Amino acid sequence: MQDIRPDPDALLARVERDQAKARRGRLKIFFGAAAGVGKTFAMLLAARERRADNLDVVVGIVETHGRKETQALLAGLETLPLRRIDYKGTVLHEFDLDAALKRRPAIMLVDELAHSNAPGSRHPKRWQDIHELLEAGIDVYTALNVQHLESLNDDIGQISGIRVWETIPDTVFEDADEVELVDLPPDELLNRLKEGKVYLPQQAQEAINHFFRKGNLIALRELALRQTASRVDAEMLDYREDHAIREVWQVSERILVCIGPNPLAERLVRAGKRLATSLRAEWIVAYVETPQLQRLPAEKRDGVLRILRLAEQLGAETVTLSSPDMSEALIRFSRQRNIGKIVIGKPSRRGWRRWLFGSVVDTLVSRAHNINLYLLGSPQTRERGAAAPELALFGKSPLPGLRQRIPAKTKRRYLGYLSAFAVTGLVTAAGYLLLGRLEPANLVMVYLLGVIFVASRFGRGPSVLASVLGVGCFDLLFVQPYYSFSVADSQYLITLSAMLAVGIVVSNLTANVRSQAKVAAHRERRAAALYSMSRELGSSQTETDVVRVAVKHLYAEFSSRNVILFPNANGRMAFPAGKAIAESLLGADLSVAQWVFDHNEIAGQGTDTLPGASAVYFPIHGDDQVLGVLALLPVNLRRVFLPEQQKLLETFLRQIGQAIGRIRFSERARSTQMQMEAERLRNSLLSAISHDLRTPLATIIGSASTIAHNPQKLAPQDIVELGQGIVDEAERMANLVNNILDMAKLEAGVLELNKQWYPLEEIVGTALNQLQAQLAGRPVTVKLPPGIPLVLVDSVMIEQVLINLLENAVRYTPAGSALEISAEFGDSSVEIAVADRGPGIPRGQEERLFEKFYQGRQETAQSGGGLGLAICRAIVEIHGGAISARNRPEGGAVFAFKLPLDQPPPEVEPEE
Amino acid sequence: MSKTDPVIIVIEDDPAIRRFLRTSLHSNGYKVFDAETGKQGLVELGVRKPNLLILDLGLPDMDGVDVIKAVRAWSALPIIILSARSGEQQKIDALDAGADDYLTKPFGFGELQARIRVALRHALRPQDSAPESVFTTGNLQVDLSSRVVKVDGREIHLTPIQYRLLSVLVKNAGKVLTHQQILREVWGPNYQEHAHYPRIYMSQLRQKLEADPAQPKLLLTESGLGYRLKVW
Repeated sequence: MQDIRPDPDALLARVERDQAKARRGRLKIFFGAAAGVGKTFAMLLAARERRADNLDVVVGIVETHGRKETQALLAGLETLPLRRIDYKGTVLHEFDLDAALKRRPAIMLVDELAHSNAPGSRHPKRWQDIHELLEAGIDVYTALNVQHLESLNDDIGQISGIRVWETIPDTVFEDADEVELVDLPPDELLNRLKEGKVYLPQQAQEAINHFFRKGNLIALRELALRQTASRVDAEMLDYREDHAIREVWQVSERILVCIGPNPLAERLVRAGKRLATSLRAEWIVAYVETPQLQRLPAEKRDGVLRILRLAEQLGAETVTLSSPDMSEALIRFSRQRNIGKIVIGKPSRRGWRRWLFGSVVDTLVSRAHNINLYLLGSPQTRERGAAAPELALFGKSPLPGLRQRIPAKTKRRYLGYLSAFAVTGLVTAAGYLLLGRLEPANLVMVYLLGVIFVASRFGRGPSVLASVLGVGCFDLLFVQPYYSFSVADSQYLITLSAMLAVGIVVSNLTANVRSQAKVAAHRERRAAALYSMSRELGSSQTETDVVRVAVKHLYAEFSSRNVILFPNANGRMAFPAGKAIAESLLGADLSVAQWVFDHNEIAGQGTDTLPGASAVYFPIHGDDQVLGVLALLPVNLRRVFLPEQQKLLETFLRQIGQAIGRIRFSERARSTQMQMEAERLRNSLLSAISHDLRTPLATIIGSASTIAHNPQKLAPQDIVELGQGIVDEAERMANLVNNILDMAKLEAGVLELNKQWYPLEEIVGTALNQLQAQLAGRPVTVKLPPGIPLVLVDSVMIEQVLINLLENAVRYTPAGSALEISAEFGDSSVEIAVADRGPGIPRGQEERLFEKFYQGRQETAQSGGGLGLAICRAIVEIHGGAISARNRPEGGAVFAFKLPLDQPPPEVEPEE
Repeated sequence: MSKTDPVIIVIEDDPAIRRFLRTSLHSNGYKVFDAETGKQGLVELGVRKPNLLILDLGLPDMDGVDVIKAVRAWSALPIIILSARSGEQQKIDALDAGADDYLTKPFGFGELQARIRVALRHALRPQDSAPESVFTTGNLQVDLSSRVVKVDGREIHLTPIQYRLLSVLVKNAGKVLTHQQILREVWGPNYQEHAHYPRIYMSQLRQKLEADPAQPKLLLTESGLGYRLKVW
């Protein structure tokens, strides 16, 4: 049995799409063939109905053009005030996007979908404003004329002779949730026009009159109807897909549109779009950059860039292929991507040139057997006038703000042409000296050698010059009659023309090889850059490192200062706290970055959003969310927006995002572990406190209550004994509490070191003085270097270390055994040691001793809660030193700590 | 209790400590008046003609240092301050403001009694009259008029600064002197930056005067605060 259930993957994708749509607002387009058919009227009627359903309807902007019927419909609807924009002295009124987002109605009316916003607005186009409204979950009603659809723009231009510049990407129309066709037969429209019911701008009166011809209107109406019908068709297909009606299910087809740097490109893209839509196929627009094409002026290459962007807007995938052989590259790509149809322009070479040099189309026809070719004619052959505006269009700057040009390497070019002269001169001089001893045919070889030299060093232009100069000189000096360009022996004509031809061919070949090598080197460099960044990112341990590596590499690859911004705890973008490095971009616009972060879309210079910003802002993704924003100040937009550069940048950003994600994840893991550790510590702390505090408390309460309740029954010596017990136990408790508080302070990192220069002797003396009672009866030797060695420490803390070490020694060694304090100065550190003659440290416990709540022996008579040594370690470590314990070979233990001596001690003025 | 019993005023906000001080001081022959707040304490000070003030630095109504300054405006009365552990800066401020000695909570009664005795003895010598010309503590003997210093009867040669430092300590024998106070007295006001000077000269003094400079018996260090010449 045939399985006709819907493909689960496709179904899932659909569900996801629907869910995304459910969160978004719904877009309803009132669609018409021309101005005056009543779109705004219909829209307002629909809005009033919604209003009557008690929905929150607000008019964002509606152009009534003074029509009374329309204005009447506006009455009673809430209207948002327009935003005033002062632009070069004139005041423009625009739809206020921010106010709309703030007001957040259920439905918002925004007329004229294809409108272009005044310069300085957040988005250049109104459809982008609407996109943002939809993203914010606001339903939008809008109106659109068919001629503003990008893919039909060209056709309508040809039908009506008028090109509109305000267009919207077809995807906006296609993604609309509802399209309502507002239809009016041409005759009625013309009647309305006569009655003056249609608004026409004065300045374009003539053109408009031309536009409103009946033939035009019929054609436009047909296009509008067809467009709507094809939408209905698509909906039908979706429906069938949903309901597993397999028969119409087509194998997904791929269409490849090949464009070149010529005016045909735009038409090819539009044709490809139409074909792809009608076949419901994926489509790819490819541009093959051959070495010849690389030599094109920047304006033409920008033109290609613009066409590729147009294609992307129309929903195509774009690629730039780099290969010396266009047809070869196209065939290989088609095989790779399983492409069934290729749309390409008709061969431009004609006649003998096509026969001699071949054409891409011919090669494709002969070599790509299973691919259908669609050829598109060139407009020049039909109508010369129509080509001109298209050319102008092609020359238009493809990206807002893309006006900076890289200064051409003119110096090097001059050098090339100079060297062409020089080399030819040298060869001629050499030939002149050897005249008579060398056959002219061999001389020709020497000239060609010169040409090859020039070609390999300076490229095509200079080597062609060298060929021509060579031929000239050869003719002038070595072909009879000498010193004249005339040729006596007609044989030499062949020599000369062959020489010229060989020279030029050699020039071309060498130049191609050169540019190939350049491309290869470029690619290699790019791969190397990517590799080295990913390696450095991989070894980065902190987010700061990642950011530093990323900024450095982005700068190296795109020669653009840049900065990576992250949100603060409140989700607001903030400048990085760390120090800027040389490659950092200073003064990024946080509001733009915030927009990018919130909307997960690119913005800034050269994009559709906030193009007025000086930098370009890219979101950086982690696995499932936007982590931060890259702000890049491009020296040259082309270096960022050329398709391959853009892909490279995307790869960079992906790598950076992954690296940040990885570090955040490991940080999270680490903090979980730290929490677990803290939990463990808390538990030991609780048990230590409960034991070590309760035991003395029991004695204190017991003894004190005995004295309080029975003062007369107690003998005086009993009271003394009980009192002494209370004092001892209370001191023990005080000691423990002090330790706990010290540890807490050290761990919280709130302690500020009060480092000053102290004589070591003084610190030792203070510690010994404080422990007089405990040390009574023990011989204590102090061995310090002679003189008054100074150390830069917080004396109170280092005294504490010595006190703890000495107390520890007293606790764990037999009463009366000797103790030794010594210090040794090294070049960059001083080591202070406390040695005893006790039983030593159990093997393997040398490190554990310094852990919190570790107690060497399970006895509590004098315990400090197992914190003493942990406090020592914490104090020594915040001084930048290290502490360790070891057994002495002659018996006993040594606890030693090293403190760094990184500053020379201060001088003391000698006494006279 | 006789009329000559020394009068001690205790300013302390904690009732338990107040009770402990009152009981123990009273039973040791002192006349005790206590106050809960700084303001009340200042009133008591004006009324009671005290010989000594015990002042807790953490008062609810005013800063202990301000109490010291107020007292010092009209009296050279010895002041012993009580402070929490690890409040070094607070202690230094109080000592610089004119307090004579300090005790860190918790403290035992023995300690308190010793401090009171030293402070009272120090106060018995009128400030403006000429100091005794020969000062003796432990095995150290300093003749302030002839500038001769002897240890165990042996004359010790000191440099001018060492002698100046020693004489400042002798004049304040038993009292805590902060690093800043010593700097000001010995080197003058322009040496406030050279905090290491007193420490180095104190080491030199110890090497000349103490049997074991690492375990001094006379020239004691008050950890984190300053120095004290122990009075035997």
